[in-house]
Formats: sequence, structure tokens, C-alpha cells
Amino acid sequence: MSTASVPLPNWINYALLPLINLTLAFLVSGLVVWIIGENPWEALKLMLEGALGSGEGIGFTLFYATNFIFTGLSVAVAYHAGLFNIGSEGQAYLGGLGAALAALALDHYVPWYVTMPFAIMAAALFGAAWALIPAWLQAKRGSHIVITTIMFNFIGAALMVYLLVNVLIVPGKMAPETRTFLEGGQLPKLDWLIAMFGGKLGPAPFNVSFLIALVMCVLVWVLIWRTKLGYEMRTLGISRSAAAYAGIPYVKIVIITMLISGGLAGMMALNPVLGASARLQVEFVAGAGFVGIAVSLMGRNHPLGIVLAAILFGILYQGGAWLSFDMPNITREMIVVIQGLVILFAGALEFMCRPMIVRIYQSLTKA
Amino acid sequence: MESFDMLISILGSTIRLSIPLILAALAGLYSERAGVFDIGLEGKMLAAAFAAACVAYLTGSAWLGLFSGIAISLVFSLIHGFASITNRGNQIVSGVALNFVAAGLTVVLGQAWFGQGGRTPQISGEGRFSPIILPGADAMRDVPFVGPLYSNDISGNNILTYIAFLAVPISWWVLYRTRFGLRLRAVGENPGAVDTAGISVTFLRYRAVLMAGLLCGVAGTYLAIAQSAAFIKDMSAGKGFIALAALIFAKWKPVPVMFACLLFGFLDALANFMQGKEIPVIGEVPVQLFQALPYILTCILLAGFIGSANPPKAGGVAYSKER
Repeated sequence: MSTASVPLPNWINYALLPLINLTLAFLVSGLVVWIIGENPWEALKLMLEGALGSGEGIGFTLFYATNFIFTGLSVAVAYHAGLFNIGSEGQAYLGGLGAALAALALDHYVPWYVTMPFAIMAAALFGAAWALIPAWLQAKRGSHIVITTIMFNFIGAALMVYLLVNVLIVPGKMAPETRTFLEGGQLPKLDWLIAMFGGKLGPAPFNVSFLIALVMCVLVWVLIWRTKLGYEMRTLGISRSAAAYAGIPYVKIVIITMLISGGLAGMMALNPVLGASARLQVEFVAGAGFVGIAVSLMGRNHPLGIVLAAILFGILYQGGAWLSFDMPNITREMIVVIQGLVILFAGALEFMCRPMIVRIYQSLTKA
Repeated sequence: MESFDMLISILGSTIRLSIPLILAALAGLYSERAGVFDIGLEGKMLAAAFAAACVAYLTGSAWLGLFSGIAISLVFSLIHGFASITNRGNQIVSGVALNFVAAGLTVVLGQAWFGQGGRTPQISGEGRFSPIILPGADAMRDVPFVGPLYSNDISGNNILTYIAFLAVPISWWVLYRTRFGLRLRAVGENPGAVDTAGISVTFLRYRAVLMAGLLCGVAGTYLAIAQSAAFIKDMSAGKGFIALAALIFAKWKPVPVMFACLLFGFLDALANFMQGKEIPVIGEVPVQLFQALPYILTCILLAGFIGSANPPKAGGVAYSKER
């Protein structure tokens, strides 16, 4: 009997296997550090210290994690319907436009808690709009969503640069960015949350978006596992023909799923644009959309797993930044390497160790 | 006459900008025709560019640079194959991962070895592929029209340019006139049938993926030591994805791939040329429009407005014998 069809208990599937894959990714990363001539063990300790050793470090870690929760949810929602949205990057970029427009329009007149719902809606709307055409192409024309969303990432990037350089730029300034939002257009920091645990947030931009992200996690969980729409999405994801026989409309579900996915990606922009820099800048997404793929994969497309995986990547980001201060031989790009290796081992090679584990498991249970 | 000179110069830069696209798109052609999606073209090019620049700098030999560029690209291909063919992992995820690894590793190693912020030192002389002057280029220069075209655009390119253009008919011949090509195309459409015929799907797909690695290696080498004289951080700058768009735009066929790449290269050249210039009536056209145009055109094609693009049927799906 082949090992592929042997069922394994949940703790192996959801805890042990990901852990093994993660360890492999870190071992290879350690190898890279060693090749450069630094001590991998020291590097790991520095990373953990930078990411979790202080209130500020934790603030930065959770700030990055917030981005990844949004994009991870975005990828996961699409994945449940059998769609691979790798356009979260572009959808988040466009979402930033929506969020920034809301903030620019309202920040003179109202406090932040009035701006916030409009900014959330605008960000989600713009992100969803950017997912609409790829969704339509997939649903109606059968063009592969992976390809069209890649294309839309690039079209979105070009569009945003054009808008920032020619339209939204502050006249007389060189930097392609909008004006700084007033307090009414900024999301407040969560220093009280860190203070509750006895830490000090310092300059870390950990803000209300984190709470919005957690709310979205709950909503996504409800959507996927507790609503009719979620049931239809999952059915479609498992078998398109079964969904068709059950009378689930393919076109409608694909488009709605992608709009939700794009909307979640768009909301990611709240965190860096309204929560941190208080202005719209070029390339503020910085790869978070692609990290979302890894986060969703590692989190097994479940909100709880996504939060955990997002925090892991948050630790990587903040720890990596810290590491490059203390070991100047290691540049910030080390994060990108580790990220790539995690995606490779936890994503593309996720079944590599399974046959081995199955054999060990079988010999243990038989004995 | 001045506009003619302009045309010659745009044409020249079109060729220069199209070469990496042609090589990478042909790489994607082999892989995708065999049913393995490859969005890691970008990463393979980048890794190859870095390896080529490092070795060319250290040894002073462009050819050794080319070999190491190809070697690294092949290693990346093997990892992609191992993940998506042997382990039946997700091909897109594997591609994304390899793009990340290449983007990060080139800068990390570059900084650690050369300390120039991810660049390699300048390479000169024998370390680069220099222009080849075809026979009679100087004699032809004064002949009207044909002369400048021959001496400025057709002659005076480096060897990799000619290799790229040669790779197009060779790829056509391999894919459509050899047994290997027939099987390769079959395995992308219906791997079950190929398997039933007693041919190894795995081995075929590995060979296709390695072909992709080979061509991406040449593309990356071209970027680093033919077009430029050093590796620069992120120097592939999305070319792997434009190549992917060109591949789709050309409906997964070798000769149209060349024309699609030339078209996208031309758009790129035009964008550089038009920067800051006004067109009568329309005014200044934003550079970003030219940058987005390849993707917009591809999406319009995918929407079915310019014929239809049908990808290989078994593309993106790992083959498993058992049920």
C-alpha cells in the first residue's frame, strides 16, 4: 500500500509535519548564515531577542504580523473555493489607495474612529475591485486566475506609481507620496495593550489594525464554516463538478469569493498606511501579499493557524531587521531568503517527509 | 533622415531588451508545454545573473560565467522539479519560493562576498560578452537604409543575442519535429496517455524543466555580463514575468513567442525613448503605461478578444499514477 493514502492523526498532520518542515527551512537558513561566516546559533538568538525581547520588539513583530494576517486570510478564502489568488500584493496596493483617499477626505473634519469605518470600507472596496477582473476572467473566460492576478499585480504597481508621481504627490515635493494625514486620518497605537503586559511600545507602529485583523479572522471563520456561502465555496473548492451537480452557481461563487479575498487583501493597507506612516507611499506592501501565500499554507487555511503563522513571519521580519543591525555582514535580505525557504519547505515540499513519517508511525502503532 | 536614425536606434535597443525575454519565455515554453507551470523564471534568471557575474569577475572568463550561470539555474530547476514532480507539491508555490530565495540569496551572498550593497564589482574585458562585428559591417555603413540597419542592428550584438535568435527555430524543431518534442507536448496535455504508452512522465517532465533551467541560465548571464557589466541587486526587474506574459500572449508557441517578446521589448525601448518627450496631440505619455502595457495586452488576450489562448491541459497538475 502506498503511503500517500494512509491517514495520519491530526497532531501529526497539523503540528508535527509543519514543525519538521519549518525546522528544515531553518537548518538551510542556518547553513547560509554559516557560509557567510557568522554563527547561526548566535544569529537565531539575536533574532528572537530582537523580535520578542522587548515591548518595542513585540510591537514591531505584531505590526508585521497584522499585515500577514490580512493577506493570509485573503489567500485562504480564495483557496477554500479552489482559487489561487496570488494577486493579494496588488489588491493590497490598490486598497492603500482607497484607505488613503478616505483619510485624505476626512482627516480635517472628524476624529479617527469616524474615519476608520470609511477607510476600512474604501480599502476593501478598492482591493475587491482589483480582484474583480481576474475573477470575471476566471469565471467567464476560463483564464487561469494565477496568471491574471500576476498580471494585475504589475498593472496595479504601474498604476499606483503613476498616481503617486503625477496626481497624489504634494506639489513642490520630490518624494512620490501623499501628504501626511492629520490625527483624524491615523489609526491610534495600541500602547495600552502592550502596557497591560508590562511592556513599553516605544516607536513601534503597532496599531488598531491588529484588532481589525482579529475581527476579520472571526468573520472569515464564520463565513467559511458557518454559512451557506462558505459551504458552497468549500464544495466548489473540493470538486467543481460536484458543485455543479448540487446547483451551486460557479460564476457567482468565483466572483464573490474573489471579491472577499481582494477586500481582505485591500484592508491590509490600513496597517501601514493609516497605522504607521500616515501617508500613502510607493511600494508600501513590500511583498506582504506573497508572504500571505506562505502564511495561508502554513496555517492550513484556518484563521487560527493563519494568526500563528503570521506571528511567526512577524518574528522573522522584526528579528531579521534586528539581526542586520548587530551582524552587519548579514543584510536585511536574509529575511527574504528565510521566507523563501519556509515557503519552499512548508509549502511546495510539504509532503516530502510524509512517507517517512507514515512508515515510522505504522511501525510504532503495529508494535 | 533623423527619424530614420531614431528608428535604427530604437530597433537596436528593442533587440537588446528582447533577448532575455526570448530566452526566458522559451524556457517557460518547454516547462509549461510539459505541464509544469514555472513562475520561477524570474528567480532563475536572477540567480544565474549573479553566478555568472561572480565567476566572470573571479576568473575573467565570460564563458565560465555562462557555464556557472547555467549550472545555478539548473540547480534551481531541479529543486522546482523535485518539489513539483517528485513530491507533487504546488507548482506555483514552488515558483514563488524560488523567486524569494533567489532575490534574497543573491543580495545576502553579494554583500557578504563583495561588500558593495549586493552588487558585484565591475567586470571588463574578457569577462564580458562583447559585440561581434559581422563581416562587411563597416563597408555596408554608407549604403542607404540597409547599411545602417545591418551595421547597427544586425551586426554588433554579442554572441548570446545570436544564440537567443537561434534558439527559436531550434525550439520549434525540437518541439514539433522530434520524438522528444511530441512526447513533451503530450505529457502536458494528457500525461495518463503518455504513461500508458510506457513512457516515464517523471523523466520527461524533469527533462523539460531542465531545458527551462538551461535557457534561464543563458538569459540571466546575458543580463549580467552581456547587457551590463556587473550584477546589480534585483536586476531581472520583473523580466521573468514579462516573459511569462509573452509566453501566454504567444499562445505557447515558439515562433510567436519570439514576436511577442520583440513586441514587449519594443514597448520597453519606446518607453525609455519617450521619457519626457511630448507626442503631438496626445501630450506626454506616462512611462508607467508602457510598463503595464505587456500585462494589459495579455489580459485582453486572455479575455478572448484577440483569439483565444488555450494553455496545456494538464498544466499545473502533478501526475499521480495511483488512484
